[in-house]
This record gives sequence, C-alpha cells and structure tokens, in this order.
Amino acid sequence: MRESTSQADFWRRALVVLALLASAGVSGSDWESLNKDGIHDPRSPAIQQLQQPADALSKLTPDTAGNMVRWVQSLEKGEINPRANIRPDTKIRVYDSDVLLNLKGGMPIVRFPHRQHTLWLDCVNCHDQLFKAEAGATKFSMLKILEGEQCGVCHGAVSFPLTECFRCHSVARPGQAPRPSLPIAIPSGAVPPK
Amino acid sequence: MSTWRLGLAFAVLLLGVMPPVSAEYADVVLNRRAEKEGVRPVIFPHWFHRIRFRCKVCHAELGFKMRVGSNDFKMSDIVDGRFCGACHNGDIAWAPDRCDLCHSGKRGLPTGIYGGHETGGPGRW
Repeated sequence: MRESTSQADFWRRALVVLALLASAGVSGSDWESLNKDGIHDPRSPAIQQLQQPADALSKLTPDTAGNMVRWVQSLEKGEINPRANIRPDTKIRVYDSDVLLNLKGGMPIVRFPHRQHTLWLDCVNCHDQLFKAEAGATKFSMLKILEGEQCGVCHGAVSFPLTECFRCHSVARPGQAPRPSLPIAIPSGAVPPK
Repeated sequence: MSTWRLGLAFAVLLLGVMPPVSAEYADVVLNRRAEKEGVRPVIFPHWFHRIRFRCKVCHAELGFKMRVGSNDFKMSDIVDGRFCGACHNGDIAWAPDRCDLCHSGKRGLPTGIYGGHETGGPGRW
C-alpha cells in the first residue's frame, strides 16, 4: 500500500516536471533573444541596445520556416518598405516573367517567378554567374542546390529553406496531385512546434 | 534515491536532449580578422537589414559577394565608406566608432552563416 502511494507520488511529480518543461517549450518565442542565441556574447554592451528579433519579426506575416516571416508577402503588403538603392543613379530593375523548370522530372514543375525575385535582387545577382539568361541553357540539379549552389546560394541560407519543396515545385503535372504526400506540408498560419 | 530526485534527474536528462539555443536564420559571424585584432567577432543579422534594405543594395550596389567569407575587407575600408561603411557612416546608420554594436559576438566563433532553421545550411558553409 505504502509502496503504491510512493509510486503514484513519483508519477505525479514527474508529470508536474514534464508539464513545466512543456509549458517552457510552448511559451518560448519563435525568435531567440540575442543574449541566448548562442552567437552573441551575453556580456557585450550591444545586447542592451540592439533590436531583438521578436520585436521586429513578430509583427510581420508569419511563416513556418526560416525567419518565420513570409518576406515577399510582407513586402507586398507594405508591412516593410526596404530601400531598393542607396545611390541615386542606380537603376532599379524589376522583371515580371515566370520560367517553368523541371519539365521532365517526377516532382511538380517548378515555377520560378522573376517578379518576386527582382523585388529583392538585381539581375546581376543571378545572371550570368549562377544561371545563363537564356531559358533552358542552365542544367539544374537538386543535388547542387542542396550543396549551396544555384538556387541554394540563397535558399537554405537566407531565403526560405529547402525543406519547403512545394513552394518551388508548385505546378502539378497532368493527373498529378498538386502536393504529393512526401514531405510534411504545414498549412500557412499554423504555429509550428519549435 | 527519493522519488523527487528521480524526477529531477529525469528533468535534467530531458533538458540535455532538448535542442541548443540557436541564432536567427541567416545570421552571419565575421571573424576573419576581428579576434586577432583583439575585438569580438562581428554578428551581421540578415533579418534586421532586410527589413530596411533589399538584397540588391548590398549585393549589387555595394558589391558584397553572396558567399560567407568571400568578402575580404578591413575596418579601414568601412571607415573609407566601402562595404558596411556605405551606410554605417553616422548618416544612414551608426558610425564605425560604435565598435561594440557590430563586434558583439562570442569569442572563438568561426566565420560562417548560422541559424539554419531547418536545413542547417549546406555543409560547405
């Protein structure tokens, strides 16, 4: 009798500890504060002065990966208005044309939108070192992309990560489900576990 | 061993298994020269800058190559208005005499891109 009581007591305490841990995990923000991010020196005087990621990013359209911000949407909605040039004579180029890629593969076809990319970038950032300007002239390789070449120069490092397959592979082939069931697709707006 | 202690040991074990704290996605550490010169490594937060500037400002106008470690510049370049110094001039952003605001990293960190949210970034970085 006494033994079973202490056992019940143990499990009750274990549950409390687990609940505490879980709540700590849930209440934790999507964005780590600078003094705990593992790269800032917590003793640096800058910690008190620099903007905290959560202060800025929590106000923008949420995402489920990367900075947890839909950067293009945020720009288009006017939540942010980043400068496009600092030199008055710089020509700001935005180009609106889609390119379909991966026409023969098994995954859905890739639709590359120039417009969203040139809202942020200039033509010279990709052409012609990463990609030739002529459609079909560059051979794409998912392996290279995963190694940080081609699209992987940015995607996986600063723009949305390579776990988000169907943001690029977005055009279903005839008879193909729009989203094959391979990777987990989290509906936008869902709060992901961290 | 009391049940309390067992519970505590369990909690410590769980904490040990939990992932370590992480930098914000695309944070960059620059430490080619900083620590050798006796200052903390630089932390460059992409998230902070892209709220205020589009990629093309730094990567087309200012000439920052898009590969961590491939931009070899010195404090003297910045003071002369090149690279970070195009904005960090006391006009658009704080001037280069505010050393601590950029040189705020933990000592010993190698140059690289940090904070890969899910992919961890390609191995070559």
